Amino acid sequence: MADGTFDGYGGRHVPDMLEEPLKHLGQAYDEVADSESFQADLRDLLETFAGRPTPLHYARNLSERYGADIYLKREDLLHGGAHKINNTLGQALLAKRAGKDRLIAETGAGQHGTATAMAGALLDLDTEIYMGEKDVERQRMNVFRMRLMGATVNEVSRGGAGLADAVDAALEDMAENIEDTHYLVGSVVGPDPFPRMVRDFQSVIGEEAREQMLDRTGSLPDAAVACVGGGSNAIGLFHPLRDDDVAFYGAEGGGKGEGSGQHAAPLAEGEDEVIHGMKTRVIDDDTEVHSVSAGLDYPGVGPEHAMFRAVGRAEYTAVTDDEALAAFRELSETEGIIPALETSHGVARAIELAETGEHDSILVNLSGRGDKDMQTAAEHFDL
Amino acid sequence: MSRISAAFADGPAFVPYLAAGDPDYESSLSYVEALERGGADVIELGLPFSEPIAEGSTIQGAIVRALEAGMTPTRYFEFVEDLDVDVPLVCMTYYNLIYQFGEGGGPEDFVRRAAAAGIDGFVVPDLPAEEAEPLREACDEHGCELVFIVAPTTKGERLERIMSQVSGYVYVQARLGTTGARTDLSGRAEESLERVAEWDVPKAVGFGISTGDHAQRVIEAGADGVIVGSALVDIVAQGVERGDPAVTVASRLEGKARELKEGALRGAAANERPHPERT
Repeated sequence: MADGTFDGYGGRHVPDMLEEPLKHLGQAYDEVADSESFQADLRDLLETFAGRPTPLHYARNLSERYGADIYLKREDLLHGGAHKINNTLGQALLAKRAGKDRLIAETGAGQHGTATAMAGALLDLDTEIYMGEKDVERQRMNVFRMRLMGATVNEVSRGGAGLADAVDAALEDMAENIEDTHYLVGSVVGPDPFPRMVRDFQSVIGEEAREQMLDRTGSLPDAAVACVGGGSNAIGLFHPLRDDDVAFYGAEGGGKGEGSGQHAAPLAEGEDEVIHGMKTRVIDDDTEVHSVSAGLDYPGVGPEHAMFRAVGRAEYTAVTDDEALAAFRELSETEGIIPALETSHGVARAIELAETGEHDSILVNLSGRGDKDMQTAAEHFDL
Repeated sequence: MSRISAAFADGPAFVPYLAAGDPDYESSLSYVEALERGGADVIELGLPFSEPIAEGSTIQGAIVRALEAGMTPTRYFEFVEDLDVDVPLVCMTYYNLIYQFGEGGGPEDFVRRAAAAGIDGFVVPDLPAEEAEPLREACDEHGCELVFIVAPTTKGERLERIMSQVSGYVYVQARLGTTGARTDLSGRAEESLERVAEWDVPKAVGFGISTGDHAQRVIEAGADGVIVGSALVDIVAQGVERGDPAVTVASRLEGKARELKEGALRGAAANERPHPERT
């Protein structure tokens, strides 16, 4: 993977002017990855600012109901309410070391934008966030949070006014301002080095969970489950367990269901394409990208997931909006934990796996909390 | 000698860009033809892709208009066949469309179809030179050129790899940033030209050129050609905004093309005058 590809997926498909800066970023990252002082600084921020380690929660009620031991890795308890902060602190520290004074980021649900605004405020970096108009509309609270922390939020109205369009706008900003700006990519997507860098920053999830499972139960789980939009929380969980005897399940945004032509499930139902600087799986041209959760509403996916799919290391399925909403409600009622709608896709998949009885213990990455989704939930459930 | 090489052989080449199908199929045909009347030597004809990287707002506008008017790769090839121009055509697009076309999984189908339609070469901004081999081979097989963009930041091994792959001409990017017409030109064109001075392909400079004076200066700096996109697309966009008839827009494009070509010719003439002796 030294060349930035994952069995042919990934790479750096970018105009030549971005090639050199990205190569430098990759080299700068390789240096800090081995730097004890950098890792110590990051660890300190993760512990004192973000709230690591996060607990591993045994979901007793859910487990009893479905007859398998279900463990939840509580990333929703992190500062900001999602796993996103693991990555933004890492990259913002890297940007600071590289002498950049400005951060830009794309955001879908607003979780990554918020986590970037937090890191920007903490490390005193100017921060600008690109967000599709459609998402600004449905995630107002996060827009307010970002602004309150001093970030500028740029509404993107072009194209579908969603996450993919925000990525395009951020890439342009990066091209214009490469000398003083770090593009803080929010998931394991885009050109090298982003997929491997973001993966490494998120791997703290799987590393902790691995130890916690061994401490708690004396063994690793039979299965690990996570939702997959770009795929950063899933890779963060999977990567440290990749050489273990643990089955991986990724839950994509199945939108309105099979045959509806409206989903965000490129792994389950896509094709190989080149998009946003990487070769990966992308939904086909006849499909409109859609998911009830803004954070999964992305036409592509991280190239490492494309590889995991191709080699059969992980199984990816589409979980529909309705299935996710049902799991959202069920976890809230049974465990007193309101998951993000993105996360609910993973919860739905875990419940389905528990029901089949195929696995005795299932570890779910509870990647984010659902406070931001209250409006959607209130409308859907008539609360 | 290929048609593109021939276009650079006598005098400076003026290489305009327009997106095919912007703002609609019929108007766009007449706009591209107007560029030839205005003196184009090679035409870069954009095939719009929905996820461009690092295009400025002008070119993006063109891409959106063309896509909304129904441009697709298949339609693009019909467009090329319907065009009544004699100058060589270079297809400018993103790798995904080339990779996806036909059976998919490789550039062969796309290049074969493009060559049959009358395309002479390709320039693909997001194609890394490291992964150009399949496209290079398809181009060789179908008698097409493969143009590469060299950025102000390109150097070392990357530069050498591009040198070994490039044919037709090298697109020398005059400055960093996204595409778009500018009122000033950075001095980086000279530096960039220096780095490719030894290459045995013509050097065409682009990014930000919008006037005849710019064109002249670029040729005086040692370029063999000037590439102009956004300044021309601006004229198309303005026509759409004002609701001008296509024939008016075509004649403006022809006029702008002539200004740019004449600027390039002035630059070449200046280069031929003996330099005054310095004492």
